[in-house]
Amino acid sequence: MSHLISIVTENLPMLQVVLPMLAAPLCVVVHHRRATWWVALVVTWASFANSVALARKVYLEGPLSYFVGGWEPPWGIELRIDELNAFVLCLVSAICAVVLIAAPRSFDQEVESDRHHLAYAAFLLCMTGLMGIASAGDAFNVFVFLEISSLSSYGLIALGPSRRALSSALRYLIVGTLGGTFILLGVGLLYMSTGTLNLVDLQQRIPASDGHRTIVVAMVCVVVGACIKLALVPLHGWLPDAYTFAPSVVTAFLAATATKVAFYVLARFLFSVFGVASSIDRFHVDWVLLPLALVAMVYGAAAAIFERDVKRMLAYSSLSQIGYMVVGLALVTKSGLTGGIVHLVNHGLMKCGLFLAIACVVLRFGSPHLGVQRLGSTHLDRLRGLGRSMPWTSAAFVLGGLSMIGVPATVGFVSKWYLVLGAFEAGKWWVAALILFSSALAIAYVWKVVEVLYFADPPRREDEVGEAPWWVLGPTWVLVGASLVFGVWTAPTVRMASAAAEVLLPALAGAGP
Amino acid sequence: MNDAIGLTPESVLLVAVLLPLATAVAVVAFGRWPNLREGATLSGGAVTLALVAGILLPAVRGGGRPRIDLFEILPGLQVSLHGEPLGLIFALVASSLWIVTSLFAVGYLRGHHSPNQTRFFTFFALAIFGALGVALSANLLTLFLFYELITLCTFPLVTHDGTERAKKAGRLYLGLLMSTSVGLMLPAVIWIWNTTGTLEFRPGGILQGHVAGGSAAVLLALFAFGTAKAALMPVHRWLPAAMVAPTPVSALLHAVAVVKAGVFTLTKVVVYVFGLDLLSTGAARPIQWIAAFTLLAASVVALYQDNLKRRLAYSTISQLAYIVLGATLAAPKALVGAGLHIVMHAFGKITLFFCAGAIYVHAHKTNLRQMHGLGRRMPVTFMAFFLGSLSVIGVPPLGGSWSKLWLGSGAAQGDEPWAVAVYMLASLLAIGYLMPVVARGFFGEPSPDDAFCRDQDINEASPLLSLPPAFTALCCLALFVFAGELADFLGGMLGAPTSTAIGAP
Repeated sequence: MSHLISIVTENLPMLQVVLPMLAAPLCVVVHHRRATWWVALVVTWASFANSVALARKVYLEGPLSYFVGGWEPPWGIELRIDELNAFVLCLVSAICAVVLIAAPRSFDQEVESDRHHLAYAAFLLCMTGLMGIASAGDAFNVFVFLEISSLSSYGLIALGPSRRALSSALRYLIVGTLGGTFILLGVGLLYMSTGTLNLVDLQQRIPASDGHRTIVVAMVCVVVGACIKLALVPLHGWLPDAYTFAPSVVTAFLAATATKVAFYVLARFLFSVFGVASSIDRFHVDWVLLPLALVAMVYGAAAAIFERDVKRMLAYSSLSQIGYMVVGLALVTKSGLTGGIVHLVNHGLMKCGLFLAIACVVLRFGSPHLGVQRLGSTHLDRLRGLGRSMPWTSAAFVLGGLSMIGVPATVGFVSKWYLVLGAFEAGKWWVAALILFSSALAIAYVWKVVEVLYFADPPRREDEVGEAPWWVLGPTWVLVGASLVFGVWTAPTVRMASAAAEVLLPALAGAGP
Repeated sequence: MNDAIGLTPESVLLVAVLLPLATAVAVVAFGRWPNLREGATLSGGAVTLALVAGILLPAVRGGGRPRIDLFEILPGLQVSLHGEPLGLIFALVASSLWIVTSLFAVGYLRGHHSPNQTRFFTFFALAIFGALGVALSANLLTLFLFYELITLCTFPLVTHDGTERAKKAGRLYLGLLMSTSVGLMLPAVIWIWNTTGTLEFRPGGILQGHVAGGSAAVLLALFAFGTAKAALMPVHRWLPAAMVAPTPVSALLHAVAVVKAGVFTLTKVVVYVFGLDLLSTGAARPIQWIAAFTLLAASVVALYQDNLKRRLAYSTISQLAYIVLGATLAAPKALVGAGLHIVMHAFGKITLFFCAGAIYVHAHKTNLRQMHGLGRRMPVTFMAFFLGSLSVIGVPPLGGSWSKLWLGSGAAQGDEPWAVAVYMLASLLAIGYLMPVVARGFFGEPSPDDAFCRDQDINEASPLLSLPPAFTALCCLALFVFAGELADFLGGMLGAPTSTAIGAP
C-alpha cells in the first residue's frame, strides 16, 4: 500500500495529464450516458486533488522536474512544475471538476443523447491538452498539447445546439490552426538556432545568440500564435461566436481555461524563455502588447454594452478581461504581473460562474434546437423579471457581475488593485486611467442585465418558470462563492500569483515597494 | 462594569458595526410578521446607539483612540476599525437618525400600503451597516469598502417603487456614484499606497513630505469628485434624480447615511490623510472654488424648484458644499465647523424631509403651489418645517447657527474673506428658498378648487408621521445648547483636546 502511495506521489506531475488522457477513450468505449459522466467526474476530481497536492509540494519544496519514462532531457520529455504552472494547473483542474457536476443536466438539454459520451471524451481530451500545456517542460510538447486541446475544443463547440455552432467551430478551427502553426514555426526556428527544445535550456542558450534574426522571428511567431489562442484584439474574431454557440457548460469551461492557458504560454515564453532582456529591453514586445491590450480592454467592454444576447455579451466581456491580463503582463512590473496572473484565476472563477448562471437560464427556457422551438433563450428579453422566478440564479449573476466591475470584497477588486498599482509603479498613470475607465464600462453592461432581471415584467404568464436544479445551481454558487471568498481572503491567490510573478521576473523580485 | 461583560471599546467598535448587519438578518427572518420585523429594526438601532453613545463616546472623549484590526484583505493591508471624534460624531448621527427614520418609515410605508417592506427595511439596515463602517474605518481601504457597500445597498431603496422613473434614477444613481468612486477615488487610494506605503488615517496626515503641491491638488480633486456622495458639481446630478424614492429613503440619503458619508469621507481625508499643513499651501484652491460655486449655484437653482423634494435636494447640495468648502479651507475652526455642520444639517434636513413626506402621505401634495394654507391644517408638521428651515438657514436659537458661525470664523482664520462672503450670501439665499414654503403654508390663500386646504378643521398627519419631524426639530433646538460640547469634542481630531488651542468661534 505504502509502495502504491509513493508511486502516486512520485508521479504526480504525470498523473494529472495521463489520467484524463486515458479516461477519454474509456468514455468512448463505455458509451453509456451516465456511466461516462461518472468516469469523467472521478478523473477530473482526482486531477484536481492531484494539482492541489502538486501546488503544495512546489510551494514548500520549490520547482519540480519530472522525466517521462525516466528519460532525461534533452532526449526525454520533461515536465516541469514551478509556482506559475502549479497555479494554472489548479485553476484548470478546479474549473473542470466543478463544471463537470453541472454538465449532465445541461448536456441533456443541449446535446443529442447519443453523443454524450463523445462530449465527455472531448472534454477530457481538452483537459488533457490544457493540463499538458501547463506542465510541459519543452517547447514541442507545448505545441502538441496545444493541438490536443484545440482539436477537442473544436469538437466540443460543434456539439452546440444551434446550427451556427458548426460554422463557429469551423471558423475557430481555421483560425486556431493558424495560431497553432505559428507556434510550431516559432518552436522550429528556436530549435534551429539553439539546438534544443527544452524550455530551461532555451532560456540559457537564447542570450548567447542574442540579436540573431532567427530568434526574433521565432519570438514573433510564438507571440502571434499565443495571441490568436488568447483572442487578443485584433486576433479575437473567433471568440464571440464560439462562446455564443457552444453548449452552455462548454462555454463556461472554455472561457475559464482555454484563454488562460494561452496567456500562460505567452507569459512563459516572453519572460522565461526569451527573457526580459531580449523580449522587452531589446525588442520591446510590450510596445505592441500594451496598446493592443488597452484597446481590447476598452473595446470588449464597449461592445458588451451594445450586445443584446447575454452569452455574447459575456464573450465580449471576456475580450475585455483578457485585455486586463495582458496589460498586467505588458507593464513589466512586479505588481502588474501579479495582477495579470491573479486575474487569470479570478477571471476564470467569476466568468465561469456567470456562464453557468446563463446555463441555468438556458436549462429553464430550453435551447434553440432539439425540437424546443424557443429561439434565442439567452437573449436579454428572455431574462425579463427572472429576479422573481429564479432568485438564486439572478443573485449569482449579480454577484458575478459585481466581481466583473471590481467592487471591493470581490476577486475583481483584487486584480484591479494590483493592475492599477502596477501601472503606477511603471509610471504610466494613463494606463491606470484606462483600466478604471473600462471598469466603469463594466458597470454599464452588468447593470443592463440587472435591470432586466429585477425591473422588467416577465413577458407572458405561461413563461413563469421555477428555479434551476441544484445540480447546475450548486456549481454556479461554488464559483460565485469562491469569487467572493478569494476577494476577502486574498492570501492564497495573491501569494501564489506574486510567487509566480517572481519566477517570471526574477530581476525585479526585490524592486517592489 | 463594561470590562466585566467583555465590552472593551475595541470590541464595541466591531459590535457596533456588525449590529446593523445582524439587524438586517433579523429583518429578513421576521419578514412575515411586520410588527416583529419593525421591532427588530428599532431594537437593533437602540442597542447600536447605546453602544456608540454609552461606551465609545466616553472612551474617545477621554482621549482614547480604540482600534481593532479584523483581517488582512490584501497583503499588508488590514480591514481595521478605529474610533476618533469625527467618525464617532458621524456614527452617532447615523445610529440615532436610523431609529427616528425607521419610525417614520413605518408610518410612511404602511400609510402608503407600499409593497416589499421587508426588502426595504433589510437594505435600510445594510445601508446603516455601511455608514457605520465608513464612520469607524481606520484606513482608506476599509473606508472605500464600506463606501461602495452603501452605494450598492441603497440602490434597491432608490428604485423601491420599481417604476420607469425609479429605474432611470437608479441607473444615474449607481452609474454616477460607482463610476466616480471606482474611476477617481480608487486610483487616488492606490496612488497614495504606492507613494507612502500606508493607508492609515493618522493625525497630521500621511502625505506630508511624500507629494508636492501639484500632486496634492490632483489627489484632492480625485477625492473630491471621486466621492460623488458629497455632490460637488458636476457630480451632483444623482441627488435630484434620486428624489423619486420614497421619502424615508430621501431622509436616509440626505441626512442619515449617504451624503453624510460623502462629506465625512472628504473631511476625514483632509484631516487624516492630507493634513492641514499640506493643504494650506494652496493645493486646495481649485476645489475651494468649485465648492463655492456649487454652494451658490445650487442655492439659486433651489429658488426655482416648485417640487418641494427637488427644492430640498438642491438645498442639500448647497449645504454639502458648505462642508466641503469648510474642510478644504484647512483652517482648524473651519474643520470643526465642517464636522458640526454634518450634525446640524443632518437634523435640520431630516426634519424638512419628514415634513415633505408627511405632507405627501397625508395631503397627497408634492408641489409648492399646492400648499397654500396647508400649514393651518397641519400645524405640527409646518411648525417642525419652520424650525428645521431656521436651523438650515442658520438662525439662533437653532443648532445650524453654530456650525455656520464656526465655518465663517474658520474662513476668517484661514484669511479667506471671500469664503465668508460666500457663506453669508448662501444663507440669505437659503431664506429665499425655504421660507416661502412656510409662509405659503401658514398665510397663503388656497385656490378655490383645493377642497383639502380650504377645509378649516385641523387635521394633522398620523402620529408616526408627525412626531418624528417634531422630535428632530426639537433636537435642532437642543443642539444649539450642546454645540459647544460637540465643538470641544471635535477639536480632538486636530490633536487639540480642548477649545483653547482652537479658540472660540
